[in-house]
Amino acid sequence: MKTTYREAMRAALRDAMQRDERVFLMGEDVGRYGGSFAVSLGLLEEFGPERIRDTPLSESGFVGAGIGAALGGMRPVVEIMTVNFSLLALDQIINNAATLLHMSGGQFNVPIVIRMTTGAGRQLGAQHSHSLEGWYAHIPGLRILAPATLADARGMLWTALQDPDPVLIFEHGSLYNVAGELDDDAGAVEIDKAAVVRSGDGLTLITYGGTLPMVLEAAEQLAAEGIEADVIDLRTLRPLDEHTILDSVARTHRAVVVDEGWRSGSISAEIAARICEQAFFDLDAPVERVCSLEVPVPYAKHLEQAALPSVERVVAAARRAVGTNG
Amino acid sequence: MADFRMPSLGADMEHGKVVEWLVKPGDYIHKGDLVAAVDTDKTVMDIESFQEGVVAEFLVEIGDTVQVGTPIARITATPAELPPAQPPAPPLTSGSISGDARSLLAAKEATPAHPGAADGHPEPGAKVPPPVRHLAHTLGVDVGRLTGSGPGGEVTRDDVERAAAASVAEGARAGAPPGKVPAPEVPAAEQPAHKIAAAMPAADARRVRSSPLARRLAAELGVDLQGVAGTGPGGAVTEDDVLSSVPPKGPRTEKPAEAPPSEARPTAPARAAEPVPAPAPRQERAAAGGKAESLRQAVGALMSRSKKEIPHYYLSTTLDLAAAVAWMQAANQRRPVSSRLVPSALLLKATALAAKEVPDMNGFFIKGAFEPSGAVHLGVAVALRHGGLVAPALHDADTLSLDELMDQLRDLVSRARAGRLQRAEMADPTITVTNLGDLGVESVYGVIYPPQVAMVGFGKVLEQPWAHNGMLGIRHAAIATLSADHRVSDGLRGGRFLARIDELLQAPDKL
Repeated sequence: MKTTYREAMRAALRDAMQRDERVFLMGEDVGRYGGSFAVSLGLLEEFGPERIRDTPLSESGFVGAGIGAALGGMRPVVEIMTVNFSLLALDQIINNAATLLHMSGGQFNVPIVIRMTTGAGRQLGAQHSHSLEGWYAHIPGLRILAPATLADARGMLWTALQDPDPVLIFEHGSLYNVAGELDDDAGAVEIDKAAVVRSGDGLTLITYGGTLPMVLEAAEQLAAEGIEADVIDLRTLRPLDEHTILDSVARTHRAVVVDEGWRSGSISAEIAARICEQAFFDLDAPVERVCSLEVPVPYAKHLEQAALPSVERVVAAARRAVGTNG
Repeated sequence: MADFRMPSLGADMEHGKVVEWLVKPGDYIHKGDLVAAVDTDKTVMDIESFQEGVVAEFLVEIGDTVQVGTPIARITATPAELPPAQPPAPPLTSGSISGDARSLLAAKEATPAHPGAADGHPEPGAKVPPPVRHLAHTLGVDVGRLTGSGPGGEVTRDDVERAAAASVAEGARAGAPPGKVPAPEVPAAEQPAHKIAAAMPAADARRVRSSPLARRLAAELGVDLQGVAGTGPGGAVTEDDVLSSVPPKGPRTEKPAEAPPSEARPTAPARAAEPVPAPAPRQERAAAGGKAESLRQAVGALMSRSKKEIPHYYLSTTLDLAAAVAWMQAANQRRPVSSRLVPSALLLKATALAAKEVPDMNGFFIKGAFEPSGAVHLGVAVALRHGGLVAPALHDADTLSLDELMDQLRDLVSRARAGRLQRAEMADPTITVTNLGDLGVESVYGVIYPPQVAMVGFGKVLEQPWAHNGMLGIRHAAIATLSADHRVSDGLRGGRFLARIDELLQAPDKL
């Protein structure tokens, strides 16, 4: 079945609503407008305003309402337009959703799923383009998903809804239009394991979400030079599946982490640190990182592209790691 | 785990020679405990520890001269702070390489390093006061297994500390290779090197830049990284470099035992297993005679620096010591010979008080600026028997009573001559006094000891014809001189300082 990432997301929502009547979607413009990225287009007609609910421009308010609904036995899916706006709901997400199970002594789970768009590359200016999922991955009590493929876009939502605790799904804005083949019977996927999406012995390329297509392209170029790379799609940023990473590094002895977040204090920093902690004596070169330049993401197209990780930068880092840097 | 480094025992010290260890591996030491005697170019001094812990290993041998800052011993943390005996189970094994070396390592790790640390519950009935129990907990000692040496079998702090030291030593022994290794010298040398390299990368002067994988491989294959040319970033030795340096047999099947013996070089950690060298005989300390020359060189270098850098100005005044000497003689009549005062004590005390009041004389000139010192640590020049001078500090001399000052002066002089000064005494003086009166010199113009800013000289106490209240009489007097740094003060301040010393000596009972 030929489909797109956006349609796969929509199919996942529709599937979840059909399977479980406690599931409902709420967020800004998700109803009449069909979602600002058209993910929920048509769902209002199908499920009605009770289950596809437009909310006021108040992230803290409607995320808090979602947490309340989850505590009350519902299975809310809350959509926040971009990760930048989720900061307005930070108190609800971090102080309430993430902590209630712990602070109630295990009495209250918060089975909420919060979806949001992340990432740059579409000339939307700094306020709509940042990649802050690494921040959320810092918070205990949250599970952080980053579907990068059609299969994950289709399958992660249902698995997330089965999780009794809060799950945040970060959808990279540049992925919605990605088209490809998806199995007709595609469904729920597991969310505990990272995926090795390409295999090689030369080095390990580690990434997730929106940078995966670019990293695969880089791996292709490297293969043409005789450098075969393992490419790992993390899929889940918290908890990290470090076994997959460490297993790969033990074979390849070199790692490049590609992360659209800023380098300082990023998820790539965490991954590099874990490799150094646990696979130090397997390394034959320093761990390389390819991250966004440490500036607010620019609006101008050429500047924006210059600030983001690119195929060229990944290839260059990989060459340094394997020691064929001219 | 910490390095005990060669301390700087004075502004001019660049290196030191270890002449005696005052502890031995396995000793439990506290902050302030003396660890070693060190020979600078000037004198032999005892150096104290700034850490608490167990002496794990000496990194230099007696007689070695090392730069200031070089680690000379390793102090491990208490057992509780040590990493668990088994390093985190290797999460992944690159099966292709691991040969005998790895299984050796595994076997070694299986030996519990300090059994006592397992659980901290004392047996019912064992008497352990709560503070001792707390200490035991901190040090990772199981008080239940201790036999108390205190009254009624009570476990004391000493018992706990001894047990902690013993368990660390035991841990170190557990690191020795098992007996059935075919060619023991190779793994014995290489395995600990491999483990320790991770713990203290900066310590080894012969360190080879290499990737961690290359280091592990080299250890497993018995390859000496020293001999491998690196092709990695910055010349680092990589996996390929190690593999290509292994002799023909087929690199990945090479076993440690088969490595050519020439490649087994004893490394520093191997030394830890050897018996501890006995402390140097006492004569070695005294046999400083041959060092007069080096001392002269050191003093010479420092003094030429002083004369080049410091614009000295000189003042001199004659102190009226009539009141001071009269008071002292009266006081001494009531004292046994052993505790009698000497004129120096009064002069030193007066100088210390004056220095406190005229801060321009008391402190350091560092990096182009004067840093006055709040405390007065009076450096006292002491002539050594084999020639040369040292000027250790009487700490807080302005606050000492005359008797305390006398006591400390005697102690300081005898220790200086025996070569048992401590670090702070050499590094701290804020102003120095030289007193050549004993030798009959009437006045001495000193050279300032950098980075101090003033030097006071006292000559012989003489009976002099002295005009006083229009009458000529005989009075005790001595010439006091001041050499001071013109960048910090001028003659006006310097003159006030000398005048203040004279004033203070007129009321000796208030000193």
